[in-house]
Amino acid sequence: MTELTRRQLLKVGAGSAGLALVPFKNPLGFDLRAAKKIQMDFRIAGAKEVHSLCPYCAVGCALIAYTKESGGKTQLLQIEGDPDSPVNEGRLCPKGATAMQLATSARRVGKPMYRAPGSTKWEEKSWDFMLDKIAQNIKASRDNTFVAKDANGNTVNRTEGIAFAGGAAFSSEEGYFATKVMRTLGVVHIEQQARV
Amino acid sequence: MTNHWRDIKHADMILINGANPAEAHPVGFQWFVKAKLDPTKGPGSGGGAKIIHADPRYTRTSALADKYLRIRTGTDVAYFGGLINYVLQNNLYHDEYVKNYTNASFIVNKDFTFTDGLFSGYNKDARTYAINTWAYQTEGDPLGGAPTGTTQAKAKRDMTLQDPQTVFQLLKKHYSRYTPEMVESISGIPKADFLEVAKMVGEMGRPDKVMTIVYAVGLTHHTTGGQLIRSGALLQLLLGNMGRPGGGMNAERGHANIQGNTDHAISWEILPGYLRIPAPGQKNLDEYVAASAPKKSDPNSWNFFGTNYKNFMVSLLKGWYGSTATASNEYAFDFIPKPAVNSSWMSIYDQALKGKMEGVILSGMTATSIGPDSNQVLQALSNLKWLVIMDSLPTTSSEFWRAPGMDSAKINTEVFLLPMTHWIEKDGSFVNSGRWMQWKEQVLPPEGESRHDHWALADIYDRVKTLYKQQGGKFPEPMMALTLDYKDPKKPELDEIAKEINGKDLTTGKQMATFANLKSDGTTTAGDWIYTGSYTEDGNLSKRRNGIADPQKNDPTGMGFYPQWAWSWPLNRRVMYNRASADLNGKPWDAKRPGIQWDGSRWQGDVPDYPATMDPKDPAAWLPFIMNGEGVGRLFSNSMGDGPFPEHYEPVESPIDNPLHPANSADPVAFLYDQAAGRPNRFGKADQFPYVATSYRLTEHEHYVTQHVPLLVGLQPQAFVEVPEELAAEKGIKNGDRVRVSSMRGKLEVAALVTKRLGPVTLAGNKKTYTIGIPIHWGFVGVSAEQNPKLSQYWLANALTPFVGDVGARTPEFKAFLVNIEKL
Repeated sequence: MTELTRRQLLKVGAGSAGLALVPFKNPLGFDLRAAKKIQMDFRIAGAKEVHSLCPYCAVGCALIAYTKESGGKTQLLQIEGDPDSPVNEGRLCPKGATAMQLATSARRVGKPMYRAPGSTKWEEKSWDFMLDKIAQNIKASRDNTFVAKDANGNTVNRTEGIAFAGGAAFSSEEGYFATKVMRTLGVVHIEQQARV
Repeated sequence: MTNHWRDIKHADMILINGANPAEAHPVGFQWFVKAKLDPTKGPGSGGGAKIIHADPRYTRTSALADKYLRIRTGTDVAYFGGLINYVLQNNLYHDEYVKNYTNASFIVNKDFTFTDGLFSGYNKDARTYAINTWAYQTEGDPLGGAPTGTTQAKAKRDMTLQDPQTVFQLLKKHYSRYTPEMVESISGIPKADFLEVAKMVGEMGRPDKVMTIVYAVGLTHHTTGGQLIRSGALLQLLLGNMGRPGGGMNAERGHANIQGNTDHAISWEILPGYLRIPAPGQKNLDEYVAASAPKKSDPNSWNFFGTNYKNFMVSLLKGWYGSTATASNEYAFDFIPKPAVNSSWMSIYDQALKGKMEGVILSGMTATSIGPDSNQVLQALSNLKWLVIMDSLPTTSSEFWRAPGMDSAKINTEVFLLPMTHWIEKDGSFVNSGRWMQWKEQVLPPEGESRHDHWALADIYDRVKTLYKQQGGKFPEPMMALTLDYKDPKKPELDEIAKEINGKDLTTGKQMATFANLKSDGTTTAGDWIYTGSYTEDGNLSKRRNGIADPQKNDPTGMGFYPQWAWSWPLNRRVMYNRASADLNGKPWDAKRPGIQWDGSRWQGDVPDYPATMDPKDPAAWLPFIMNGEGVGRLFSNSMGDGPFPEHYEPVESPIDNPLHPANSADPVAFLYDQAAGRPNRFGKADQFPYVATSYRLTEHEHYVTQHVPLLVGLQPQAFVEVPEELAAEKGIKNGDRVRVSSMRGKLEVAALVTKRLGPVTLAGNKKTYTIGIPIHWGFVGVSAEQNPKLSQYWLANALTPFVGDVGARTPEFKAFLVNIEKL
C-alpha cells in the first residue's frame, strides 16, 4: 500500500476505522503507530485547528496549533508542523517543535515595569503611567533634538535624538505601522535585525 | 532569496558559503538533501546534485556535502574570485548569457584604474572613494522616453567583448590575480581541493546545468560583507544562473520576519519597497528621483524601477498624508525626515556614546547581546535619558542596568519594560527568506496585561500627538496629517493595515491589482509598492492555503511554485529575474527546468518578470533585467562604496597581511566608528591575540529569546566555545575545562568544547592559523544564567566583537576577529 501522510492518517483516524490500515508492527506484535495515533487523538480530540507560523528562523514553517476553550479560557494543546505547506511539509526542527513552550512560557513579563533613574529595582506600574511618561519623553526628546533646517539651509525635518529598533518578530503589518509612525515623528535612526 | 526554499531541489550544484543550513535552517535543508538524494529523480530533476560547503568549521552541513573546504573566515571573495578566474581562463562561462544578459560588453571610462588594492578616486584622509571614474563611456544625448531624472546617455558596448575597456576584459584582468595558489594563500583551501571544486563549478556554465549559491550571515557579517555576496553574484552571472529555477543568490534569513520588516523599511536608509530615504539638499520629488532612481543607459532597457520611482513614492506619500499631500506641496515630501549621516544599528550606540542620543525604543531586539562590543553598548545605554523595551520576556537590555559589573545607582537611564504579546497571540503575516508572505491566525488571546506592539505604538503615538495639540512644539504638521484610516486608530487591525499596504485607486475606491498601475498624480496609494497585488479586490492573498495535498491542482507547472499557497512579492513571482531563465528567443535554457517560456503569443510558467505579451524577437523587446538602468546583470557596478569589482580585503583584525596588497590590507573604506568619533580604535594584533575567532548559532537556540525556553536550555544548557583539538593540546585544555577567551574589547569565561570540527589552515605559504568557534546565545538573562549566576558573569559573546562596519551595509565584523585563549 502507499505510504499514508500524517494528515491522511489523522483524517482516517477521525473516522475511527483506520486502525486496520496500519501495517507496521514491532517484533512483540504491538501496533506502535496505532498506539501513537490514539494517544495523539486523545490529545487533540475535539480541538480547534488554527494556522500559525514558526516564530524562529525565516524558513517560514507553517504550524497547526490545536486549541480548546475551557472555563472561558483558550487552552493551547499542541503545536505541530502543517503537512500541507510546500515549505516544510509538516516538518519542524527542535526549536519549532518546542514552540509551544515559548507560547505558554511561565517567564513572561506580566505587568508594565518601571525602573527610575538611579534606582536599583523594578516597580510595577499601570499601562497609563508608562504610556504617558513615554509619550512625554518622546515629545521632550523630539523637541530637544529636532532639526528643521541643516547648516546649509536644507529642509531636513529630522529628530536626531530618538532611535527605534526592532521588529524581526513583528508581523509585517506591525512593522509597516512602526515605520509609518516613526518616520512621521521625524525619527531617522530606525533599524531591525537585518544587518545584525 | 532570488528563489525560494523548495526551489533549491532543482539545482545540479549547491555552493554553501557563510552558512550552516543543516543546523541553522534544518527544515529548509530538506530541499538541499532532496536535490542530492531524491532517489526517484535523476540529475537535473531533483537528484544527484553536488553540495560544496566552504566553512571554517566542519558542521552537519559539511557532513552531507560532497566536498568540504576548510576556508578561513572572511576570505570568500578570494574563493569566489578564484572560481571567477577559473571560469574566465578556461572559457567555461555561459557565452550567450554573458554577452546578452550582463554588462560584459559595456565600455568603461578610460580613467578607471585599480592599483595595489585601491580603485581610482580614493581619498585616504576621508577614507572614501570619489566614484566618477567608475562609469561607462557614453555616446549621444540622454536617452529619451523616460521620466525626469531617470535616464542618461547610451552606454557604449562592444559585443565582441574584445575592447580592453569592456567590463569583460577588465573583469578578466582583475581576477587574473586570483590564481589557485593565491586562493590557497589567502583562504587556506589547498590548491588541489580548490581545483577539484573549480572543475565541478565550471561545468555549471553549460545552459543545461544550473547551480545555486546559498549564504547567510557568515558572508554578511564582515567589513567586506556586501562584496562577499557580490562576488558570488558575479560568478552566478558568468555561469548564467541568475533568474533560473535551481539557481540564484539565496540568503537564508535568521528571524521569522526579518524579510517582511526590511521590505517595510524598518531600516534607516530606505522607505517601504526599497525607495531610498531622501537626503538633505533634495528640494522636491524630481530632485529626489534624479538622485535615487536607476538611470536608463540603453535604448532597450525598460528601467522599470527608475521609470516608476516617482509613481511609487507619490503613492506612498499619498497613502500616509492623505488630503494634505497635494501636487502643490510635492505630496508632503518635506514631511519625510532627511538624515545627515548613516543612522544604522551601530550608529545609534555611537550617537549615544557621544551623548547625542536621548531615547531608544527596542522592540524584540536586545542591544546588549547583539552588540557588537557589548561592553561599549552597555555604556551607550547608560548614557541615555530613557530606554523603552517592548518585549514579552526580559532581555539583556531591559536588565542592562543590573548587568554584572554595572553600578545601577549610578545609571540615570529611565527604563520602561512593556509586556507585549507573543507572535501566537496576534495575526498578521511573516515573510520568509523566499519572499513568501504567509498569513498566520491569532491562536491565543493576549496573556495577562500584554498588548500588541502596534497597539502600544498607536497609543503612544496618539498621546504624543495630543501633547503637541495641547502644548505645541516642533513641526507637528506631519503628525496632524498622518492618515490613520482604521476602525479604531488606537487599535488598528493587521488585516486593515495589510489592505492599506497594498494600496488603492482613489478614483474608484478599489484595491490596486498591480504596481504597474500606480501613478504620480495623487490618484493612487500604496504603502509598499512591492506588496501591491497582495490584497486585491479578491481579498488578502497571503491567506491562501492551496498546498501540497493536491499537487496536480496546486502546482500546475510541476516546478514547485505553488502559486496559490500564500503570496510572494513581487506580484506572486516565485523566481525573481525569471526573464533570464529563457534564451533570446524565449526558450528555457533547460527544458526540464523552465522558469518562464514564450509560447508564440504569451509568456507561460511562473509570473513573468517581463510584459506578459512582449515578443522576445521584437527588436524593441526589453532587455532581461528590468529593474536596473542597464537592463542587464551588472558585473561592474558603481553602487558599492568599496569598488566596482569585489576585492579581497582582510578583516580589520587579521592574522596576516593581505597577500594581494599588503600595503592596503583591510578594506580601505570600512567604517571605523571609534576612530571617526575621536575615540581610540580598540583593535588587537596577532602578537597579543593570535587566534581567529568566529561566531555562530546552534540548532537548539535562536539568538537570545530561547534562553527562556526550558526544553531548549536543557538541550544546550551553558555557554561554551569550540577549540581545535591541536590547539587545545598545545594549551593543555581538556574538554569541559573552563577557559577565558579575550579580545581587545572584552572577555568570555566559558567551558571549552575540544573538537576535530575546527582545524588549522595554513596561510600565506606557511602561517598555521587556528580558529576558535563561539556560539552567540548566552548572556546574563535566562533560565541557565539565573541558575548559574556566578558562572554566567562573562557569557556575552559579543563582548569580544569589534565596533566596525561594512562601508555600505554597516554590518559589523561579527564573523572574523582576533582573540587569545587561556585555561582558567
